[in-house]
Order: sequence, then C-alpha cells, then structure tokens
Amino acid sequence: MILILVAVCAPLGNTCLAKGMTSLPELTLAHPLALFAAAFTPWVALGIALLIGFFASYLTALSWADLSYVMLATAWGNMLVELLAHFCLHEPVSFQRWLGVVLITLGVALVAPGPSRTEQPAPHNSGAPQ
Amino acid sequence: MNLTSLPVISAGFWAATAMIAAVVLSSTAGEVLTAAAMKSVGDLDEIRAHSGLKGAIVAVLTCPLFFAGVFFMAVAFFALLFTLNQRMELGLVGPATASLTVFTNAVAAKLFLKENVDRRRWTSAVLICIGVYFLAH
Repeated sequence: MILILVAVCAPLGNTCLAKGMTSLPELTLAHPLALFAAAFTPWVALGIALLIGFFASYLTALSWADLSYVMLATAWGNMLVELLAHFCLHEPVSFQRWLGVVLITLGVALVAPGPSRTEQPAPHNSGAPQ
Repeated sequence: MNLTSLPVISAGFWAATAMIAAVVLSSTAGEVLTAAAMKSVGDLDEIRAHSGLKGAIVAVLTCPLFFAGVFFMAVAFFALLFTLNQRMELGLVGPATASLTVFTNAVAAKLFLKENVDRRRWTSAVLICIGVYFLAH
C-alpha cells in the first residue's frame, strides 16, 4: 500500500503542479506574494498535497525497505501519467514511449517479487559462550 | 593530424553535461542521506504504533541526516529548475537526469548503504533507466 502511494502520488502531484503553474500568468521573483498566492489555487494546492503524501509514504517505505528496492519497485509511477494521458485524455503516445512503458514494466516486474530489505549480518560476539 | 578537422563540441553541450552531473550527484546524495536517516530511525510503522504520529514525526525531525538529505534534494530541485530555465539542451537534460539518477542511486546504495544490489536489481535498474529515458524524451 505504501509503495503504491509512493508510485502514484509523485507523478500525479507533479502533473497537478505543472497544470496549475502553466495556467497562471508568468511569475517573477519581483512579486513573491504572487508565488505565495499561487500555492492556494486548486491545482497547485492539490499538487502540493499529493507531494506531501508522496514524501510521507516515501520516508515510511525507506524505514523498512532498501533504497534500491523502493526506487525500482515504484518506478511504474513514471508510466502512470503516460497511460492516463493516453486512455483518459486520448493523447497520442509514440512508439518510443510505448517502448519505455514496456521496459519499465519489465524492470518493476523483475525486482518487485524480490526481497525488499538487505539483511545485515548480526554483529559477531567473540565473547559469547560456544 | 589536422585539429581543425575534429568535430567541434559546443560550449552548450559541456554546460548541459555539467548541469546534468550537478543534478544527478546532488539528487543521489539527497536520496542516500535520506535513506540512511530512515534506516537509523527504524520502522516508522512500529514507532507510530508505540508513540503515535507525533512520536514518528519527532523521530524523523530529530535525525540530523534527514536534514542533510532534504538539503541535497533541495539543491537538486533548484539545480534542475535552473537548468531548465537556461534552455540548455532541453531534449538531453530532462531524460538524462531522470534516467541516470536511477542508476547512480543503485550504485550509491550498494557503496554507501551496503545494500545487496544483486543481479536482479542491476538488470531492473538498467531496464528502468532506459525506459525512463524513452518516456522522458
């Protein structure tokens, strides 16, 4: 469940942020209050909420699983946006991108069933009775 | 040998390469430091079961490694924003940083976190690295 949240929240959050920021007029550092106000527009606020959810679930996942496992097992989130764009928004997807989707699927399918954590060897206690 | 016949690599290419390296290295440092912090904190689900959500938040926020990780993640984020803002080889920077980070994280996890990155994970990392490149391109 945590890994699903990690995979889903990050790309959806980034997409919401991108949608929200591109619909706003151009922002400059000369008007920092406009940047602050942008955080309260619906799409940007939703994006920020999703990214906070991502970070919380990512930290939780890293507390019981390897970085190299979490990073690879949640990579399918990258292709989620691609599939949503194709099937929900009917956007065309090039052959190269379909190839990317297939490769990521193979990579995730390969690593996901494996062990999620490296078992560290117990410290050797030379003074222990044999 | 006539040096003028060698292919000329533009200054923009080297600038883009330097920025890709900066983004990838700072991102990898951030991920590894954050992972090391969470390993030292312990299972957050267990901490939350014993001490509640507040206890879990306190456990994370009292770990100095966590802040080091967040610092490097912030550096990576702003370096990427800067790179994209400079319009530096856009077709190269986005895909290259996204895919190289997958690979460098696996290397750093093995070297610094002593994780067991076995053949299964290496193969997966290579497949995902190429896949992310194609998606981002």
